[in-house]
Amino acid sequence: MANRALGAPRLTGPQPVPDESVAGQSLAQADTLITAGDSRLADRAFSLAMLTCALSVIAIVGLIVYELVTKSSLSWHAFGWKFFFRSEWDPVNDQYGALPFVYGTLVSSALALLIAVPLAVGVAVYITEMSPRWLRGALAFTTELLAAIPSVIYGLWAIFVLVPLLRQYLQPFLARYLGWTGLFEGPPYGIGMLAAGIILAIMVVPIISSITREVMTAVPQQQREAVLALGATRWEMIRTGVLRNARAGIAGGVILGLGRALGETMAVTMVIGNRPEIAKSLFAPGYTMASVIANEFSEATGDVYLSALVEVGLALFIVTIIVNILAQFLVWTVTRGTPARTHA
Amino acid sequence: MPEPVMLPADFADAPISIWRRGLNSLVTLAAIGAVVLVLLPLGAVFGYLIYRGIGSINWAFLTQIPKPPGEAGGGMANAIGGSVYILLIASIFGVPLGIGAGIYLSEYGRGTRFGNLIRFTADVLNGVPSIIVGIVAYGLVVLTQGHFSALAGGVALAIMMVPTITRTTEEMLLLVPQAVREAAYGLGVSRWRTTLSITLRTATSGVITGVMLAFARVAGETAPLLFTAFGNQYWNWKMSQPTAALSLQIFTYAISPFDEWHRQAWAGALILIVLIVASVGAVRLVANRGMLKGAN
Repeated sequence: MANRALGAPRLTGPQPVPDESVAGQSLAQADTLITAGDSRLADRAFSLAMLTCALSVIAIVGLIVYELVTKSSLSWHAFGWKFFFRSEWDPVNDQYGALPFVYGTLVSSALALLIAVPLAVGVAVYITEMSPRWLRGALAFTTELLAAIPSVIYGLWAIFVLVPLLRQYLQPFLARYLGWTGLFEGPPYGIGMLAAGIILAIMVVPIISSITREVMTAVPQQQREAVLALGATRWEMIRTGVLRNARAGIAGGVILGLGRALGETMAVTMVIGNRPEIAKSLFAPGYTMASVIANEFSEATGDVYLSALVEVGLALFIVTIIVNILAQFLVWTVTRGTPARTHA
Repeated sequence: MPEPVMLPADFADAPISIWRRGLNSLVTLAAIGAVVLVLLPLGAVFGYLIYRGIGSINWAFLTQIPKPPGEAGGGMANAIGGSVYILLIASIFGVPLGIGAGIYLSEYGRGTRFGNLIRFTADVLNGVPSIIVGIVAYGLVVLTQGHFSALAGGVALAIMMVPTITRTTEEMLLLVPQAVREAAYGLGVSRWRTTLSITLRTATSGVITGVMLAFARVAGETAPLLFTAFGNQYWNWKMSQPTAALSLQIFTYAISPFDEWHRQAWAGALILIVLIVASVGAVRLVANRGMLKGAN
């Protein structure tokens, strides 16, 4: 950099890896870096400061657990385990049961995975194994753009675009041909479990497909070549040579997507209908754990009411943590040994 | 001499059965179909944002505060300002903390059991649903202060920024060759000075990428702000008062019954997405030159 300042032409094109590296600078600059005298104290202070930052990560998680546990104790003492098996949610008489929310969260997430997994794996397979090279980067970027759209914008779009479409076309269609299953009954409001599942699916596809892509890329190229050399078609190569080796990682990606779907709040709150009822039909409105907190927390007046909402949050926290740890473990079993990547 | 392997004469052009070939084409088609199905909502979301939003963005929208329901006009100036304000507070807490933890992981905690524990905790924190972070910020700040505030919103978003920044900072610092550090030590530069002026500086573009990613991630967050920043119909620059945020305003307007508000929700959403895509795009730009080449 010093020579640039003297008017040397700026290098164009790719730079060597430690590009702006200060290491390349000469002794002239280095002597300003050399600390005179004893630096032990400063070193000590610096490493302590960094340690504090690192410890604060643990402290944050500790605080989350502490807040959730202490603030939910009132409801825990009042209802115990039964809290999760009662379907009564009655702030007027201070009776709380979380079953409808647990049900809504599980059903909407399952529906989302049912739609998202085949799509996400299909996209990942296309991008890594089939697409022409020039399209690859653009497709990867575009699918990841889906992950950058905020939840509230998905919700807005779902209210004004997706829900009317469901009401007018998809729901009457499903009711006519699949109504006998009992899953597609009742008046087609548009808003309800089905809408929540679809919008969640759109939101988790990029997560699942980017993890799937990552683990598929981790499968060695020789393996593909070996299977192809045995006379396999491209699909047989993908199935036996790639997917089979990456399946643990793909399962990890799916579970990571599940973790995201379980905790997703805004988009779901805006389209699920927010009624604490358990209905078999996917057309019926429902409620999820995250959306009941979003809707009622700032208006919860009684202590037990607030405490019950925090307990719902605690349950959600525990479930998502377990799901995420499992997912990371599965992804790690496939990608260990390949270099770390940024999830851009 | 070893016996040469004899292949059947027709090995090279043994026909792949129609069934196998057909299945192959079918799967290819299905994969293309999946890509189309995934890109469709993306196109629809962006298309609608531009189609519904662009007509409502005007000078008044960008400079005025909301009018009461039923009255035409008004804008989201206070919400845009509020979002920037809350994000600023979040960055003040979150960025140094995240970078510090990242430095610790790569420079001090490499390979140690304690380092692994921190890394694991950061990944756990990354998976915590944003609404839960909102509950915690409510308990920590709102209950202590006695009312909803910009500070509470900032704390909630800061908590969400930390794990992303920590992990990208760590990954970027790990890319800096060990020889660079050793060269500095060899010149008598102290360890802290090496870390800050040599290692961190070399990885600057990567670390900035991490910060921008975290920024983009929290910029559109709504759930943790619902009962922390709470929203406000007027301007507010006090840390201790409820503050409007763009994402909150979009939510309130979207679920309201007024057409005028729906129109403004689309306009607000367009502005939010432009801000986010611009920062992600900036990251791609930075990521595509120099340092990060090896990382992506």
